[in-house]
Amino acid sequence: MKTTASWQTGQQALIKLQGVAKVYGKGPAAMHALRGIDLRIGQGEFVAVMGPSGSGKSTCMNILGCLDTPSGGAYLFEGVDVSKLSRDQRALLRRNYLGFVFQGYNLLNRTSALENVELPLIYRATPAGERRARAFQALEAVGLKGWETHTPSELSGGQQQRVAIARAIVTNPKVLLADEPTGNLDSARSREIMEVLAAFNKELGITIAMVTHDGHMAAYAQRIVRFLDGVIEAEEQNGEVA
Amino acid sequence: MLWETILLALREIRRNIMRSSLTILGIVIGVAAVITMVTLGGGATAKVTSDIAKLGTNLLLVRPGQGFRGPGRTRSTADMFEVDDAEAIARDISGLTGVAPRASQGIQAIYGNQNWSTTVTGSTNAYLQVRNWALENGRQFTDGELRAGKAVCMLGATVRKELFGSQNPINAMIRLERLSCQVIGLLESKGQSSFGTDQDDFVLIPLRTLQRRIAGNTDVSAIYVSAQDGVSTKKVEQDIERLMRERRHISSADEDDFHVRDMQELVSTMTGTTRVLTGLLGAVAAVSLLVGGIGIMNIMLVSVTERTREIGIRLAIGALERDVLIQFLVEAVVLSSSGGLAGVLLGIVGAIVGARVLGVPFVFDPGIVVISFAVSGAVGVIFGYFPARRAGQLDPIEALRHE
Repeated sequence: MKTTASWQTGQQALIKLQGVAKVYGKGPAAMHALRGIDLRIGQGEFVAVMGPSGSGKSTCMNILGCLDTPSGGAYLFEGVDVSKLSRDQRALLRRNYLGFVFQGYNLLNRTSALENVELPLIYRATPAGERRARAFQALEAVGLKGWETHTPSELSGGQQQRVAIARAIVTNPKVLLADEPTGNLDSARSREIMEVLAAFNKELGITIAMVTHDGHMAAYAQRIVRFLDGVIEAEEQNGEVA
Repeated sequence: MLWETILLALREIRRNIMRSSLTILGIVIGVAAVITMVTLGGGATAKVTSDIAKLGTNLLLVRPGQGFRGPGRTRSTADMFEVDDAEAIARDISGLTGVAPRASQGIQAIYGNQNWSTTVTGSTNAYLQVRNWALENGRQFTDGELRAGKAVCMLGATVRKELFGSQNPINAMIRLERLSCQVIGLLESKGQSSFGTDQDDFVLIPLRTLQRRIAGNTDVSAIYVSAQDGVSTKKVEQDIERLMRERRHISSADEDDFHVRDMQELVSTMTGTTRVLTGLLGAVAAVSLLVGGIGIMNIMLVSVTERTREIGIRLAIGALERDVLIQFLVEAVVLSSSGGLAGVLLGIVGAIVGARVLGVPFVFDPGIVVISFAVSGAVGVIFGYFPARRAGQLDPIEALRHE
């Protein structure tokens, strides 16, 4: 188990997990999804999380995304202990600092790409004009200029995922959490998506934590964290991507 | 933000336009029923009030006997009034606009080969004034005719129609049993009273004529008294009671052998009855509003289940519990109040048609429109709250996993 300081010293630890555990259920039937995780993700990092099904990586992502709370340990987001926040405070944290990309895209049906991208800005009470302009920008940034009025059912899987990425980055989040963003796509589309994500990481400095099964996709990250049976089995620095 | 939530709600409703229409049908019917019932009830009340007002406003009726035992029936043991009694009332009691002694009996009226069984009423010109009768044609009695008991008469609209059809009866001679009588005036029609009797079915002749030449006595069976506007009919009633007890030598231990009835009381009794009926009908109609609300709750619950994933997405990207709750609540309120709006329109149309069919006036009451519209909105809030709260409290992880 490599425990070398994989985030460079001097880089601020944006996310810090300390002995985080997650238990579902009680007594003998209790399921230990996470058994004490220590993880640090620095500002501007691109981290890939890998591991077999049931290794706890999805649970970890839910906790990182403030969708779930740990049963033990501490989760510090910019020094704030998320496990002590209320449901609404966590929602505000998601609203203001996090962006999500899911395997199944999770766009609103029968709603245009533009409106899907505008959605997070609505909850941030951004004025309509600015909202629209930023949504156009975000769609352009993911290469969907001209597709603004199309609804998800009129878009290919790769395009839908790009809309989802546009929705995630339109708020300029600190962290983008991607849960198997290429899981439903063929390898050519997957590479396109990864390039979009890598570009945002590099150009905008958005911190990315991404779950993936695919080593080719993980290769885009700077660091790979491997989960097994609820613990971090290994962390490795990716040499070739700098 | 609220405006956008409303737009969003409208879009959701439009997406399921068929289901939305069926959902609000209960509210539409409920609101329409309440408005129709209450408006028609208001019209009926107005009709009753105006019918009774036609009897004469501020009218008091003094009759021999104790209390009211149905129209035209008095206790036989009580003495009838005399003309003097009416004159005493007119002379001794202040605040009156008219006093009319009246006697009447059933009679056959004959003109040519036409024969009509009616009532002959003997009184003075004051009778027309206190009862709010207007002359359609001709003239009233002269003082000379009243004093001398001349054989002249005015006809109610029904008698005129039965005897003369479309002919002009002025100056024609009709026979009231053996008395030959000249028609000098025609009375305007008042139609049916609220009690269902034909008010136009009578012949009016001078009281003295009736007493001398038909009845053969000096009885006065009733005295109509009308009070000035602003004068308490209660006070007039008490004054008349005191005067009559004195004139009829009733000792303080004995009860009145006459009674004074205030038409105002009758008005409030009758309108009270129609109001109660209106209230009952409205309440029954309001039950369907409740049923409509349950329909909305049901559909909103279905909608929350169907849109679990959408709710999950919204929560994940930063919607607060409150944001989602408000979204669904607004949707329920927009649904129910659009039902309310449709119900208001339908109800007003229903009331106009109903008023025409039932022959009551259409009395538009903005109050009930505002109230029932507000209630429809409130139904949305009340029945939409539970599904909306459920939506807001969904676990985002579970919701996102929902297929």
